[in-house]
Amino acid sequence: MEVAAAKALGAGIAVIALFGVGLGIGNIFSTLIATVGRNPAARDAVFPIGILGFALTEAVALFALLIAFLILFA
Amino acid sequence: MAVEGKTIDALSQFELAPALGPIGASVNFTQSNLFMLIAAGLILALMHYGMRPAAVVPGRFQALAETFHEFARNLVVEQVGPEGRRFFPFVFTLFMFILFGNMLGLLPFAFTFTSHIAVTFTLAMIVFVLITVVAISLHGKKFLGYFFPEGAPIWLAPIIIPVEIVSYLSRPVSLSIRLFANMVAGHVMLKVFATFIVLLGGLGAVGPFIAVLPLAVNVALVGFEVLVAFLQAYVFAILTCIYLHDAVHLH
Repeated sequence: MEVAAAKALGAGIAVIALFGVGLGIGNIFSTLIATVGRNPAARDAVFPIGILGFALTEAVALFALLIAFLILFA
Repeated sequence: MAVEGKTIDALSQFELAPALGPIGASVNFTQSNLFMLIAAGLILALMHYGMRPAAVVPGRFQALAETFHEFARNLVVEQVGPEGRRFFPFVFTLFMFILFGNMLGLLPFAFTFTSHIAVTFTLAMIVFVLITVVAISLHGKKFLGYFFPEGAPIWLAPIIIPVEIVSYLSRPVSLSIRLFANMVAGHVMLKVFATFIVLLGGLGAVGPFIAVLPLAVNVALVGFEVLVAFLQAYVFAILTCIYLHDAVHLH
């Protein structure tokens, strides 16, 4: 296989991790919205934790993206 | 990614170039350093001129400065506890520097210094060294107990200790990569859609009409990037506070 083609395929495969990240972030925010809906007074306590969970989950996506960039350009 | 000889050149925006003419070139003063200085100068100016009137009813700049101050103070006190107040200047400085770096990078012709891993990893290493020094100076030998939580069965030690050590050592890596990759991904996305506008605009008579679509996407993306710029500064600060909490209280 040509190297360029293999690189493009590899970069595509590397971002499959986004499947799980999408599920995770959707899950975090659906739970956050449900929690605030049930108990609006808890908003201030729950919001930073939700954002933190979002950031930690998003980091996985960015690691995958970084690997894709490394495959493509490094 | 060549389209009729034109290419999407998304990564050249992160290349460093000497700033300030021949004087800057002789000491390797790049536009990254220049924008760090601009960010620091803006923060100092905001804090100095914002707080100089020190009015009971704040004006615009005083309200802005006070909002930032209160935001960071609440962050520290809520996450680290009242005894964490002495770390407030550190967290506040870090938060403002990253926030201004991210926001400055969104201006046209500006350079995002937080899009370089050398910068973000340095910031993350400062945090990492600080939390380690704080933990050791407060707890001494008991700091090693951090890697083996009390109450865990002793036969789990060979598994728990390596896992805890790796997770502790990966903190600066994940902290720096998160910020840098967010900034790079955002700016690459903006550049790719901006290139679509140019490429579609050159497609004959209907081209300019189709080119409105990526333009609309880009406008929405800039709004999203403002959110990301703030969110990433917030996340960096809150994670610093959580690590400080671990260092002060050991679990």
